[in-house]
Amino acid sequence: MSESEKPVCLKSYMRLCAVVFVVVLCTTSAMIATSFSHLGDGWTLKVTLILAIAVVNAFLVAGYLMHLLSEKKLIYTVLAFTVFFFIGLMGLTVWATNGFPPGTVSH
Amino acid sequence: MEIPYTVQHRPDTGIYNAKLGIWLFLASEVMLFGGLFSAYVLLRVGAEPGMWPHGWLNVTLGTVNTLLLALSAITTLLAWAACKVRDFTKFKIFHACTILLALTFLGIKTYEYRDKLTHYEIAVASGPYAGKFVDGHFKEQSADFDFAKKTGTITLHGHAVEDRKELMDLRSPEAQAAKHEEITIAATDIKKMGNYGPRHNTFTAIYFTLTGLHALHILGGTLVIFYFWAFGGAMWKTDPERFTNRIEVSGLFWHFVDLVWIFLFPVLYLT
Repeated sequence: MSESEKPVCLKSYMRLCAVVFVVVLCTTSAMIATSFSHLGDGWTLKVTLILAIAVVNAFLVAGYLMHLLSEKKLIYTVLAFTVFFFIGLMGLTVWATNGFPPGTVSH
Repeated sequence: MEIPYTVQHRPDTGIYNAKLGIWLFLASEVMLFGGLFSAYVLLRVGAEPGMWPHGWLNVTLGTVNTLLLALSAITTLLAWAACKVRDFTKFKIFHACTILLALTFLGIKTYEYRDKLTHYEIAVASGPYAGKFVDGHFKEQSADFDFAKKTGTITLHGHAVEDRKELMDLRSPEAQAAKHEEITIAATDIKKMGNYGPRHNTFTAIYFTLTGLHALHILGGTLVIFYFWAFGGAMWKTDPERFTNRIEVSGLFWHFVDLVWIFLFPVLYLT
């Protein structure tokens, strides 16, 4: 049985939402702190850390607010295909970043 | 004719039709935004060294919008939970909160857009700022100002820099220390001028595209939620279970819109 089919207690949902909001507040603060901190010269480490925190944030929303932690197998199947194609899209993007056509002039 | 499986689960899928439909739609949305994020990555890594902007967007406003959307996602979930326990009054209260939060988000976004569209960069050819770039917010212009005809003057509140690269990183100590003042330039001295709209550079182009598309999703979602809030009472009386499922489906869309913002905020405002 998925989460949305179980009997609902409004008070327990309010508690869950309060916890989720506090964590979102903390993760957002952590992202901002990371962005303004001095972590080396470049942006690579900062971007990696900030996106990692954003993934935690996204997991909370998807897992608890969208009930993805307890969904039906068919939904997971749809999402598995989505993840596969999304990774393919981003993989092609990374692959293309170094694929300049012959004769390209760099500024 | 009755639409099948609006409440009952289909034996083969195990869920009602609208739920499978919204998840398939969200999957397509992931690829839509994924394509634009892919474009962002290509534009960013392809930018000349030192020419990708940092600190151009207001982090405080972005943070407020992040929290507004997180709160609206929570009130959406609580509105659905209220339907599940058959408390229509609480549903109305929670969804009213969602609508207000969404409208506030859009109001802040409009303010941010206005800020960018009234922010100008002027390449000066002659006069006291010859060879410099004047950057700042529009203050006023003379009645006869016409850039094409080269008549009149324009006044910005900002500062002048020697190298355009100095305008890219607004978090740098130099940019933070820059003194902003009112600068008046004659149209005859202007070589090139433009606001920070989508045409300004690749950053503003992808910023307006990504946030504009996201704002359209917010607007669409708000309209749907408003419809259920204002006119949902009739279905609630006749078929509360079906109405609850509609709220769940619209809620899933709303959470997805929140998810997109969770990545837009750090990518555009913080990095």
